[in-house]
Amino acid sequence: MNISNKIMDGIASMGRGLLDNLAGLGRASMVLVHALFVWPQPKTSFSLVVKQLYNVGVKSLLIIVVSGLFIGMVLGLQGYTILVDFGSEQSVGQMVALSLVRELAPVVTALLFAGRAGSALTAEIGLMKATEQLASLEMIGVDPLRRIVAPRLWAGFISMPILSMIFAIVGVYGGALVSIEWLGVFSGSYWSVMQGAVDFYDDILNGVIKAVVFGFAITWIAVYQGLESVPTSEGISQSTTRTVVYSSLIILALDFVLTALMFGDV
Amino acid sequence: MAIIENIIEINHLKFRRGDRVIFKDININIPQGKITAIMGPSGSGKTTLLKMIGGQLSPEQGEVLVGGVSVAGLSRKELFAMRKKMGMLFQSGALFSEMSVFDNVAFPLTVNTDLEPSLIRDIVLMKLQAVGLRGAAGLMPSELSGGMARRVALARAIALDPEIVMYDEPFAGQDPIGMGVLVTLIKKLNQSLGHTSVIISHDIQETLSIADYIHIMADGVVVASGTAREIRESRSAEVQQFINGHPDGPVPFHYPAENFMQQLMGEKVGIDR
Ligand SMILES: Nc1ncnc2c1ncn2[C@@H]1O[C@H](COP(=O)(O)OP(=O)(O)OP(=O)(O)O)[C@@H](O)[C@H]1O
Ligand SMILES: [Mg+2]
Repeated sequence: MNISNKIMDGIASMGRGLLDNLAGLGRASMVLVHALFVWPQPKTSFSLVVKQLYNVGVKSLLIIVVSGLFIGMVLGLQGYTILVDFGSEQSVGQMVALSLVRELAPVVTALLFAGRAGSALTAEIGLMKATEQLASLEMIGVDPLRRIVAPRLWAGFISMPILSMIFAIVGVYGGALVSIEWLGVFSGSYWSVMQGAVDFYDDILNGVIKAVVFGFAITWIAVYQGLESVPTSEGISQSTTRTVVYSSLIILALDFVLTALMFGDV
Repeated sequence: MAIIENIIEINHLKFRRGDRVIFKDININIPQGKITAIMGPSGSGKTTLLKMIGGQLSPEQGEVLVGGVSVAGLSRKELFAMRKKMGMLFQSGALFSEMSVFDNVAFPLTVNTDLEPSLIRDIVLMKLQAVGLRGAAGLMPSELSGGMARRVALARAIALDPEIVMYDEPFAGQDPIGMGVLVTLIKKLNQSLGHTSVIISHDIQETLSIADYIHIMADGVVVASGTAREIRESRSAEVQQFINGHPDGPVPFHYPAENFMQQLMGEKVGIDR
């Protein structure tokens, strides 16, 4: 009797949790639709997006460049020690480039982007909510979804693929630095093997598609968490944490799905 | 007697926050071109009422009509159009933290009008002059005191010369001089421009001196309505307690709670939520 009651309670609370999640997903979709599918006002929208591109994109550049460089160098080093056993250390360039372009550039850039830009977006929007700045925009007759949310979403979509490409390029040079300058791989073969192996559509374009999808997911999560945050200091800190945790998990899960779709049919 | 048109009508409003009933049955008419004050104990729902007039909250039952149209029935687009005719001074000020004082006041003008920048500049300086803060135009909100921030917010609320201005505690945190200036300013704006003003305030004397009509809310209903004179002369115990500030009387000072002695003597450690 008692146990069956507990089970029923458990099922009921699971159901409630599911409904809450569905309602959250619905609200998040509404945010996206309202923010993106509106007629832009050319005069202001453009400059707002540019400002956010600076906040979201340019300010993330340093961490992306530094990480790209080190990851490229590690790839060069690891690749060389593996390949030298097979006497094929001259193709280390191919390994560095393919790992970066297909996987590491979009994924690591996205993880860093979630920590650097996503968390900042959530905190900023959450604080605007807590201090009634969003309410006061509404009362002035300005829709915060258009004014605050839309430019941040666009800036996220646009800057992620660019940052990811920068990551890949810096990484390839990092790999070159280690394998050519330090380990003595012939520079001509590093570059020519790479050129021969990397395909524009199969590798570069797929990498860019991944970056766009990740950018979309991160900014959407970040903006939504900010809007839904409980307007207290504790609430904002929880939302910021959630942004980073949810984004990271979704990036890794989406990466598997996308990789399976793109490279799965061997 | 002249027929006074009500620009805002609140009919049989009911509203709850969770289990707590905020409005049981509120009926208030706000006539065009007049200053109407809404008073009541802290937590009685005055700010909530302003948010309903602005369409940021929707009533559970009853209706809020602005210009004869139900606010809750408006589409998102119509709602934003309606708000352009309203100015609201938020209780917290709610200045945009990344903009200077000047840009805060200019914001409603730049987004809602096609005025020349030089004209906007003149209007902004005029509004800041009116609240005594022209010299602070270049400061950021974080560099202002609480009272100054509220005056900037007031300047922003009236920047567009809206038809309806709602002031949520405009006098809070003002020194006696600032208070006098703001009282005169609100009165002057109302007379010269014909704004309809809705004021929430706890400053009884200032409010009674400028308001044409006063409504006192307590416990989810309007307990008294009338002109300043009628309120002063009211025989109602609630009204007398409220305007004279007696702690004991029919209006409770405390948020609903269990019996104090019982809670002190009780076994339970902690507080019910
Ligand atoms: N976001 C919210 N969630 C839950 N309850 C709320 C919220 N905002 C206000 N309340 C409750 O609604 C009631 C009315 O709040 P409101 O802010 O309208 O009061 P008020 O009359 O403006 O008080 P004050 O004079 O102190 O500003 C209060 O009891 C408060 O506890
Ligand atoms: Mg209030």
